[in-house]
Amino acid sequence: MIIAVASGKGGTGKTTVATALAQTLARNRFPVAFLDCDVEAPNAQIFIKADLDQHKNVEMLIPQVDADLCSSCGECAEACQFNAIVVLGKQTLVFPELCHGCGSCAMVCPDKAITEVPRTLGILEAGLSPDGINFGHGLLNVGEPMAVPVITQLKKWHDFQDTDVLIVDSSPGASCPVVESLRGADFVLLVTEPTPFGLHDLRQAYGLTRELDIPAGLIINRDGIGNADVDAYCEEVGLPVLLRIPLERVIGEGIAQGKSLLDIHPEYETDFRALYERIVPLTAKGAVR
Amino acid sequence: MKLAISSNDGNFNSPFSARFARCETFIFVDTKTDAWEAKTNPAAAARGGAGAQVVQFLAKQGVEATITGRYGPTAMTALKAAGIKAFVADSGTPSELLCKLQDNELEQVTLATGPSLHQ
Repeated sequence: MIIAVASGKGGTGKTTVATALAQTLARNRFPVAFLDCDVEAPNAQIFIKADLDQHKNVEMLIPQVDADLCSSCGECAEACQFNAIVVLGKQTLVFPELCHGCGSCAMVCPDKAITEVPRTLGILEAGLSPDGINFGHGLLNVGEPMAVPVITQLKKWHDFQDTDVLIVDSSPGASCPVVESLRGADFVLLVTEPTPFGLHDLRQAYGLTRELDIPAGLIINRDGIGNADVDAYCEEVGLPVLLRIPLERVIGEGIAQGKSLLDIHPEYETDFRALYERIVPLTAKGAVR
Repeated sequence: MKLAISSNDGNFNSPFSARFARCETFIFVDTKTDAWEAKTNPAAAARGGAGAQVVQFLAKQGVEATITGRYGPTAMTALKAAGIKAFVADSGTPSELLCKLQDNELEQVTLATGPSLHQ
């Protein structure tokens, strides 16, 4: 079973919730894996503390033009949907950071002037945590605009998908990296704070789960601040509120020191165990069992 | 020399567009005769790489110099490769900017003057 954690708004507590769920399941002897797919700012490792002993480069194939063979016909530029290759007079220019690695340019080149060469976008790291979580994360190189290839390759790496429970921690927002993180999940655990900003972005994130046709439930974090509009929205659209975590200064302070929610409040293990029990029947797989 | 000035509405006497790759139209001016025409910018709604696409468009039109508010890194790389001179201005109409260029009052740039705005 794959449970993805998403939020819309950033800083609502995705990683707090995802790591607490993974640690709860590990302590209850579930085989559990964790993928931090927020490759622009992966931070779950701060709380999971895995021994990262496996590393792999993430590469994408980009075009290299042989100027001697190129006739500047412009068919490559015509084929490229992202303007990553353009013909300027007699010169064919490649913009590596715009390239999505589809290979169309090489395919259509009548001069066979284009060869595809690997370009490194980031790295993947994996290892086991002290409590037995099979952990992996991706790190996008600084300055790279495209996170999706790193996420795609992270999700395919090793046998993470085959673990009994895989927790996927996504980036905030509702754009391509989030779609890529959520794809294939059996359940999306949304995390919000009960504020107008939290609600605004929750609408987008929940809309995305409906678009992807994945069942979802909500955790309201920092409960007690803001207003009751999130609850009203959940009632209106039928989104189940699965857990509430009240705003507490001690949680914020602990997390700032690198402590996980269960380190700060061990009693939350009971809540997260109950949360998991509530999630299972909400998934298509759980309903079959 | 063929000059391209970024524009919002393609009018020779209304304020130019400070945006380069995603401006609505370009005013093309023949600096010998001052004859001008407006053409829609095909890169205005590009999904990505507008800077690369717009320079490809301008190069095909035979443009030798451009005037706009700022250039992103992709556009500047492409402009250099195409051998197109890049000038910047804060404000003005294409008509005024043409005069300023002819009086050597516009600054020529060779490095990007704005951030990449892709996606």
